[in-house]
Amino acid sequence: MEFKFSKQEEKFRTEVENFLKEELPTDWPDKSMHWPGGYGSIEIENKENQRIFLEYRKKLAKKGWLTISWPKGYGGEEHSYMEQAIFDEVTSYYRATASGISTGIAGPTILRFGTEENKKDWIPGIANAEIDLWLGYSEPNAGSDLASIQTTALKDGDDYIINGQKIWSTLAHESDYAWLIARTDPDGHRHKSVSLFIVDNNTPGVTIRPLINIVGVHSFNEVFFDNVRVPKKNIIGQENMGFYYLMTALDFERLMVGIGGFRRVFEQFVEYVKQTEKDGAPLGENNNVRQKLSEIAVKIEIAYMFFWRTAEMLDKGNVPSVESSALKLVTTELSRNLADVAMEILGPYNQLMPGSEWAPFSGMAPRGYLDSISATIGAGTSEIQRNIIATRGLGLPAR
Amino acid sequence: MDLDFNKEQKILKSSARDFLKKECPTSLIREMKNDKKGYSETLWNKMTDLGWMGVIIPEEYGGIGGSFLDLSILLEAMGEVCCPGPFFSTIVSGGLAILDNGSEDQKKALLPDLAEGRIILSLGLTEPGNWYGTENIAATAIKDKENYIIEGTKLFVENAHIADYILCAARTGENMKSKEGLTLFLVDSKTPGIKYKLLDTLAYDKQCEVIFDKVKVPEENIIGKEGQAWDILESLQEKAAVAKCAEMVGCIQTAFNMSVAYAKERTQFGKPIGAFQAVQHHCANMVIDVDGSRFITYKAAWKISEGLPASMEASMAKSWVSNASRKVTFLGHQIHGAISFCDEHDMHLFYRKAKAAETAFGDGNYHLEKVAGQLGL
Ligand SMILES: Cc1cc2nc3c(=O)[nH]c(=O)nc-3n(C[C@H](O)[C@H](O)[C@H](O)COP(=O)(O)OP(=O)(O)OC[C@H]3O[C@@H](n4cnc5c(N)ncnc54)[C@H](O)[C@@H]3O)c2cc1C
Repeated sequence: MEFKFSKQEEKFRTEVENFLKEELPTDWPDKSMHWPGGYGSIEIENKENQRIFLEYRKKLAKKGWLTISWPKGYGGEEHSYMEQAIFDEVTSYYRATASGISTGIAGPTILRFGTEENKKDWIPGIANAEIDLWLGYSEPNAGSDLASIQTTALKDGDDYIINGQKIWSTLAHESDYAWLIARTDPDGHRHKSVSLFIVDNNTPGVTIRPLINIVGVHSFNEVFFDNVRVPKKNIIGQENMGFYYLMTALDFERLMVGIGGFRRVFEQFVEYVKQTEKDGAPLGENNNVRQKLSEIAVKIEIAYMFFWRTAEMLDKGNVPSVESSALKLVTTELSRNLADVAMEILGPYNQLMPGSEWAPFSGMAPRGYLDSISATIGAGTSEIQRNIIATRGLGLPAR
Repeated sequence: MDLDFNKEQKILKSSARDFLKKECPTSLIREMKNDKKGYSETLWNKMTDLGWMGVIIPEEYGGIGGSFLDLSILLEAMGEVCCPGPFFSTIVSGGLAILDNGSEDQKKALLPDLAEGRIILSLGLTEPGNWYGTENIAATAIKDKENYIIEGTKLFVENAHIADYILCAARTGENMKSKEGLTLFLVDSKTPGIKYKLLDTLAYDKQCEVIFDKVKVPEENIIGKEGQAWDILESLQEKAAVAKCAEMVGCIQTAFNMSVAYAKERTQFGKPIGAFQAVQHHCANMVIDVDGSRFITYKAAWKISEGLPASMEASMAKSWVSNASRKVTFLGHQIHGAISFCDEHDMHLFYRKAKAAETAFGDGNYHLEKVAGQLGL
């Protein structure tokens, strides 16, 4: 046992940190209003920042850092998953999380299950940060129960024709392609009749309608598919195997927890209570505040261990599955918890939204209090993660 | 023991509910969010016609002479629909202060107008650097012949932008950080030197920053006696906290009802989500929180109604209900899943309201300290 990073890992960490300090504006971490664990606020909301961020991601792609752990033939560096994890930790600490759906979910899933043609078609664009994908899983009647999706993709010559509706489609309006599940065999078994597709947003018949979330941000959408024609080669892996691929894709998704973001907010609050007086005494001397923050410190430490564990497993050749669910559960419950504690510490000032002159941290806490609602729902609810841990993990009988 | 409302109270409750269901849909909250004034005059006038403004004002001053319990019933009904507007700041924060501590002249001058819905009141306590306590109020009121000159900045002054009078606590004594030397003033909001700015808040309520820049207030506008505001404010905040709890009980009752209804209606995996024990347990936990909130709130309200000491129950109520509200409205979201993360869905209105109410007049932890004090610790 050794609870420390290797020399090489430490060196890599410093390299990433130095890169971020050089490439990002110094006030970048303060600009982002993203709440750790939340799915509802986009990291960067104005166009100028989006431009800076895109440039930064392109540079990361050039360095091969978006695909550190991928095989060499596919634009990767074949470095350890631990280095990948270190990269994710540091970038999220700087509020500049660079791994996303394309490099964190679609890429790894294609590398695992895709045909050679799939890899040739999609991997270079993904590795070079040239294409962005959105997740087309949920439908109005299929949330936790994804096997009940009703969107169909029916064969028509060399194409498939897609009909149906997706919902909660985060950033569909800012992406190029849908990473979509649809039913290819309407009469088949629930789990053996679904296929995974990549669908160009610009195909005729795709309509994207905005949904405004409770944070007030247009983060997600409803997407309608009306006789959308997709070439057969856009199926990932084998037809009707999509539900199995999806399970792995979800495991990959649940590894992307932006763990460093928790550390960042926590440090901000520790600083705040040291410097702020409440009713005539420093907040940091208040016993309740001390206990609450210390509890958060413990929870962050625990969450980090779950996080490093998944990377370490991958390096040992095992694929985290239940471990992904545990990590997702631990970090998103922490997201809520952190929001509660942040709000409690701010007292009456916790009501002040961004833009208010008296708002501590430019209103990040009440915004996070809203966004944290999405943490325990998006990417599979807490209840579903507990079900997975209990059934898949412990072998308890499923109902 | 009788834990039910009496017949009149039951009628009051159901008629208030029916009225608000019709007159105060959630679309009104959304409309008022961007409205400068933040309330509907039509609704305000109808509430006045029903006698609500005068609910706790004695008949001799034009009210209907109801009890604090009656007031709580109305507040609960308003909480059920997150009713926007200045009822709380006018009737509870301002009205109770005058009713309990005002001079005969002040009561004669103000209470009939209050009962007729003609004036709006607002209470200014917290200042930059204050959290929940009032010991550190730093605004000053310096005596100048028959007047006092008030200087200071108040935050979270609800409805100051539309108020006719702002009740302002300021220091007339020398000692900072002291219970002595605090005085409560009734300040005409049109007095020169008053500047306000609306704050952008989580619950869309209209709270203001108010700057008092050499604001001249006549001596007769002191509420209670000079230097005696501490006791007035303690008792006022105690009652206001219980009144706030009544509102919160209504708020979480609705969030709970919506959630149970949704758990029965939404199906996943071929059954209503309410068939899953995880969801059932959420609902059961909500029952404890909602019913517990109602019990302790009405116990405190009853004690106040009866003129009994209620400090213990008031703080027990505010600490339990504050935590319960946060939990219930969060679980409401959790049970609804992504649909409740949409701005269009109503759940977040209750989630926001619950948080703001939790913060008002001291949060759960603040009141636990008070309970400890009551326990003699
Ligand atoms: C901000 C945000 C962004 C999102 N982005 C995307 C996206 O980009 N792409 C996409 O496809 N989806 C996205 N989603 C959707 C997300 O994956 C779903 O919300 C989630 O899977 C839950 O589905 P649901 O909302 O329909 O809730 P439901 O499945 O209806 O669940 C309602 C409640 O019932 C509970 N429940 C359901 N089944 C069970 C069970 N078997 N046992 C115990 N409890 C159960 C749930 O835990 C929940 O509490 C997003 C969601 C949010 C909030």
